[in-house]
Amino acid sequence: MAAEDLPSQFDVVILGTGLTESVIAAACSRVGQSVLHLDRRNYYAGNWASFTFNGLLSWIKEYKNQQEAQITESEEEWRRLIDEGEDAMLLNSVDSSISNIEVFSYASEEDEKEEDLKPPEPHHTVKTLSEETRADSTETPDLVTSDVSTDSELKSHNKEEEGAEPEKEQRPSEDSIEEQQPVTKQEEPPVEVQKITYQKLLKEGRRFNIDLVSKLMYSRGALVDLLIKSNVSRYAEFKNIGRILTCRNGKVEQVPCSRADVFASKQLTVVEKRMLMKFLTFCLDFEQHPEEFQDYSTKLFSEFLKSKKLTEPLQDFVLHSIAMVTQQTLTEEGLKATQHFLRCLGRYGNTPFLFPLYGLGEIPQCFCRMCAVFGGIYCLRHSIQCLVVDKESNRVKAVIDSRGQRISCSHFVVEDSYIRDEQRQNTAARRVSRAVLITDRSVLPSETDQQISLVTIPPVDSSSPSVRMIELCSSSMTCMPGTFLVHLTSSSCGTAQEDLTPIVSQLFHVPAISGEEPSEGSEETSKPAVLWIMYFNMTDTSALDSSSYFLPSNVHVCTGPDASLGSDYSIQLAESVFRDLLPEEDFCPPAPNPEDIIYDGDAPQAEGSGFDQNNEEDKSLSEEESHSPSISAPAEEDTGSQEPPLDTNPTSEE
Amino acid sequence: MHGRVKVKSSAQQEEEKKKEREQKLKLFVAARDTVFRKRSAGEHDEEALQLTQQLLHSNPDFASLWNYRREILLHLETERDEANVQKLYESELFFIEACLKVNPKSYGCWHHRCWVNTRLPKPDWTRELGLCDRCLSLDERNFHCWDYRRSVVKESGVSVEQELQFTDRLIGSNFSNYSSWHYRSTLLPQVRQQPGSDTAATAGCTPQSHRVCEEQLLKEYELAHNAFFTDPNDQSAWFYYRWLLGRAEREEMISCVYVCREGERVAVAFSKPLHAPSAGLLLVLDGKPQKVNWRCIHPRLHHSPVWLCDLPAGSICDISNEHNLTIHWMEKNTHRDCALYTGCAESWCRDSATDQELFRSELSVEKGSVLQAELESCNQLLELEPQNKWCLLTIILLMRALDPLGHEKETLAHFQTLKDVDPMRSSYYSDLCSKFLVENTVLKMEYAEDLSSVCHLDQLLLVTHINLSNNQLVRLPAQFAMLQCLEVRWMTHLFTTANYLEIFLLLNT
Repeated sequence: MAAEDLPSQFDVVILGTGLTESVIAAACSRVGQSVLHLDRRNYYAGNWASFTFNGLLSWIKEYKNQQEAQITESEEEWRRLIDEGEDAMLLNSVDSSISNIEVFSYASEEDEKEEDLKPPEPHHTVKTLSEETRADSTETPDLVTSDVSTDSELKSHNKEEEGAEPEKEQRPSEDSIEEQQPVTKQEEPPVEVQKITYQKLLKEGRRFNIDLVSKLMYSRGALVDLLIKSNVSRYAEFKNIGRILTCRNGKVEQVPCSRADVFASKQLTVVEKRMLMKFLTFCLDFEQHPEEFQDYSTKLFSEFLKSKKLTEPLQDFVLHSIAMVTQQTLTEEGLKATQHFLRCLGRYGNTPFLFPLYGLGEIPQCFCRMCAVFGGIYCLRHSIQCLVVDKESNRVKAVIDSRGQRISCSHFVVEDSYIRDEQRQNTAARRVSRAVLITDRSVLPSETDQQISLVTIPPVDSSSPSVRMIELCSSSMTCMPGTFLVHLTSSSCGTAQEDLTPIVSQLFHVPAISGEEPSEGSEETSKPAVLWIMYFNMTDTSALDSSSYFLPSNVHVCTGPDASLGSDYSIQLAESVFRDLLPEEDFCPPAPNPEDIIYDGDAPQAEGSGFDQNNEEDKSLSEEESHSPSISAPAEEDTGSQEPPLDTNPTSEE
Repeated sequence: MHGRVKVKSSAQQEEEKKKEREQKLKLFVAARDTVFRKRSAGEHDEEALQLTQQLLHSNPDFASLWNYRREILLHLETERDEANVQKLYESELFFIEACLKVNPKSYGCWHHRCWVNTRLPKPDWTRELGLCDRCLSLDERNFHCWDYRRSVVKESGVSVEQELQFTDRLIGSNFSNYSSWHYRSTLLPQVRQQPGSDTAATAGCTPQSHRVCEEQLLKEYELAHNAFFTDPNDQSAWFYYRWLLGRAEREEMISCVYVCREGERVAVAFSKPLHAPSAGLLLVLDGKPQKVNWRCIHPRLHHSPVWLCDLPAGSICDISNEHNLTIHWMEKNTHRDCALYTGCAESWCRDSATDQELFRSELSVEKGSVLQAELESCNQLLELEPQNKWCLLTIILLMRALDPLGHEKETLAHFQTLKDVDPMRSSYYSDLCSKFLVENTVLKMEYAEDLSSVCHLDQLLLVTHINLSNNQLVRLPAQFAMLQCLEVRWMTHLFTTANYLEIFLLLNT
C-alpha cells in the first residue's frame, strides 16, 4: 500500500497502542472524532502486550537486535515537508523501556541421547532461532517414542493432558514413594513421564499468552467500570481469581479474606476469626466510626492494626495481602485500601479480582476494536518521525509518519517511550522488576487446580519492596495444560534478576542442570519445578505528568503501565487526557448494540463521515499489516472458546 | 455532528419489539391450538412431540403440555426396543435441561424430569447429580432442585458420607444457606446406621435414639463455632447449633393422677398434650374397666396434657371404702396407679418435682462435660460480642441444661440484656424467662414473681393455693384450668397491683 492511501487529516493522531492510548482512541472515535492510531511495533498493546511462547522468544530476540542496531535518520526526506514558521520535533525511534532481559531454560531436552552428547548449559541465555527450528523438526518422533514406551506411562500421560489432577501423582511425598514403589510394577517412577520438555513448550507454544505487565482487575475498579459502561466488555471473557495466598515464614498459605474463607480457614482460631471479621466489617464503613481510628490518623497503619488486638498472622494478612500497603503507610490510607479490597469482594466471586482470559494484552485490543468499529484507522509497524510545531502558537499542526507523509491533526497523543530525552525535564524514572516463570505445578496444590492465585510476598526487611506474584492456570488460556504461568512483579532495587532470584529459589525448585530432578526426600521435591524463566526490567513512568516534559500544548503523553496491581491509574489518565481533548464530550458512553445501528446505504453520506471510507482503509490496511483489533486468533482456534463474532464492522452487516 | 453512528431511537426499538412480540404470540397460539386438536384426536406422534417441545421451550410452565407429552412418550415407548427407549428418554432429559434454563423453578419441568427417570431403562444418576450441582451453584436456595436432588440421592443410593461432603461444600461456599445446614441435620442421624461402623457403636449410639455419635457431634460443634464466630449475626448456624445441642425426647408417660371423692372426679396429667378420647386410655377401678367420658379442661383445647373424667355415680363416694385406680395408656404401653384410702377425700400419685429430668429435656442429651465446653465457647464469643442476641440466648439454654438453679442469677441478667438489645422480641424473652422461673420455682418449691406468663400449668395440677399478684400478667390462658385442685378463694389477689389482667376466663372447677 502506498503512503498516499492514508488520509491527510485527522482530528486525533495516537501513537502507541498501550491501555491508556487505546482507551483514549476508543473514547475519541466513539464520539465521532477521526482517529489515526499507530504503533511502531508489529503487535498491539506495546508494553501491555501478551505473547505466545514462541512469540515471546522472537520478541526477546528482536529486542536484543534493536538495541544493537544503529538507526540512521534520513533527515532530508521529511525536511522539505516543514514550512516556514514551523519547527520539527523529533520522536524517539528506539524503545528503551525494557532492559536487563535474562532467559534461562530448565526444561529437559526431549532427546535423551542428544542431551548426553551436549554438555548441559544452565545459563545459556536466549534460545536462538536455530535451536527452535531444530526442536520443531525433531519433536514428532520424540513424542512418539516417549508416549508409547509403556501402557501405564501412556495412561498417566493422557491424564495429564486432560488436566485431571496430575498434581497428586506428580508430587509424591517422601513416604508415599517408599510405600508405593514395591506396589507399582513400573520400573520408572511415573514422574519421569509427565515431565514437560522444552520441545513440548515450543510445540504447545500457542497455548501461552504471556503478559509483559502482570495486573489483575479490581472488580469495582476503574477498568471494570469502564468496560461495563462502554460495552467494551463484550469483546472479552474473564475468570475469577480463585484465592489469595501469602508467604509467611517461608510457607505458602491461603489468606482468608472473604466471609467464606474465614469460615473455612483451618489455620485461624475461632477467636481470630471473630477479630478478623470484626476488623474487616469495621473497615467497610470506617468513615462512619471516626472515633475508632482518629487517634492514629498521623500514625502508621501497622501500629493501628496492633492496637486492634489482631494477632500477628492477622496483622500480616491485613497489611500485606488485603490492604497491600507497606509498613510505612499511614492509617487512613491503609483503611481506604482495605475498604477498596472489601468492596470489590463478592461482585464476581470470593476474591476481589478478575483476570481476562487469554491475558491482559486482550484489554487494550478490545478498546482498539471499539475504536475501529467507530471508524478509527489502525496501522502497526508504522510510526511518526517528527511533529510539525507551529512556532507562533506552540501547537502541533501535523505529524510526519515513518513513510514521510505529512498528516495534519488537532491533537497528538503519544506513549511516553516515544519521547526523546531532550523533551524531558529529568530522565530518571522508576523501574519495575519482572520475572515470568513456567512451572510444572501450583505453589499450593489444592483440589481444584484450575484456579488463578494472587500471592503476596511481604518484604524480607522494611527497606526492601514486597513482591507480587500471580500464578495463572491453564484454564485462564495463558499456558498449556499441565503447566502454570507465574508472574513476579516488584519495584526495582537492582536488576530484575538480582531482585527476584531470592524469591524464585525460595518458592520453586530451580534445577542446577536442565531437566534435573530434585533428590528424593529433599525439601525441593515439594516445590514446583521451574521449566523456563525470564527476567526483565520495565520503566515505570507513572510518576511523570505534563510538567515533566517540554512539549507543545496539544501533545498529550501517556505514561506506561505502573507497578500497582490494578489498572486504575491508566484509566484515570486516559479519562483526564480525553477531558483535555474534548471537555464537552461524554467519556466512553455505552456503545449501541450492533442491531440498533442504522446503516442507510442509500442516503448520501457527508464527506469523511461514514464508515465507508474508513472501513475501506481499515480493510486494506489489515491486508498488508495482517492486523485487526481482534481477540487473538490462535488461542481461539485451539480452545474453541465462545468469543463474540470477530467482525462487528458495520459494512459486513449491510 | 458528522462521523457519529446513527442509532435507533428507543421508540423505534420499542415498536420493533412490540411487533416481534405480537408475531411470537400469533405463532404460539396457533401451535397451541394445533397441539390441543391433536390431543383430543388422540394422536401420539413425533409431530406432537416436536410441537409441544417448541411450546414448552418458550413456556415451561404449561402443565397440560407436559401431561400430553407423557402420553406421547408412553405411546412411543411401546413401539420401540429398549435401546431406542433409552435414546428417547435421554433426549427428553436434554430437552428438560433446556427448559430449566428458561425457568429453573418450573414445577412442570422438575416433575417431568422425575417421571422420565422412572421410565428410563438405565438412568444416569451421576449426570443428574451433576445437573443439580450446576443448578444449585446458580441458585443455592432453589428448593425445586433440592427436592429433586433428594429424590435422585434416594434412587441412586449415594452414601451418607458423600452427601455430608456435599453439604460441607455448600456450607463452605455460603454458610448462610440454611438449606444446606438443614440437609445436614437430616443426614447426621443416619451416619451411625452405616453397617460396620464400630466407632458409632462404641460411642454409644443406639439405633433407637435420634442421636448423633459423639465423635461426629464434636466435629459438628466445631463447624457451627466456625460459622458463628465468623458471623455471629447469621442465624443459620445458630439454629443448627441449637438442634445439635438438643435432640432429647422426653419419655412419654402419665405424670400425675388425681382422684377426688367430691364430684367423683379423676384428673390425669400426661407428659405431652394429647387427645384423650383417641389416645387409647383405659381406666380400671378396683380391677374393673370403666367406660368413662374424657373431657378436656377447657372446651377450646383439642389437645391438652390434662384430662378429666367423671366416675360412675356412687362408685367412690363412700369415704369408708378404699379404692384402687389405674390409668392405662395403651398406645404407649404405660400406666399409673393411684390408691384412695379410707377416710381420705382425695388422693394423687406423681413423681417428685425435684426430678432432674423434669424441665431439662430441651438440651439435656449431652454429657455435662460436653455442654460445659460448649458453654465456655459461647461465653468466649459473648466476651467479644456482648450484644449478640443469638449468643445470649444460647448461653441461657446451655445454663438451663447444665444447672438451672446454679445459673439463675446470670440467666436473669442475660434475659435483661436480651430485652435491651432486641426490644422487638422483649415479650418473647419475658415469656421464656417466666417459663424458666416457674420451673425453678417448682424445683426449689419456692415462689416466683414478675412473670409475664404462667407456664407448666400441667405440673401444677395439685396446687391448691396461688397468689398471682406482683406479676406482669396480661391474661390467663385457657390452660389455667389445669389447676384442678386450686381453691378459688386463693385467687383473690389476682386483680391487685402490678398485673395488667384484661380478660379472665371462667374456670370450670
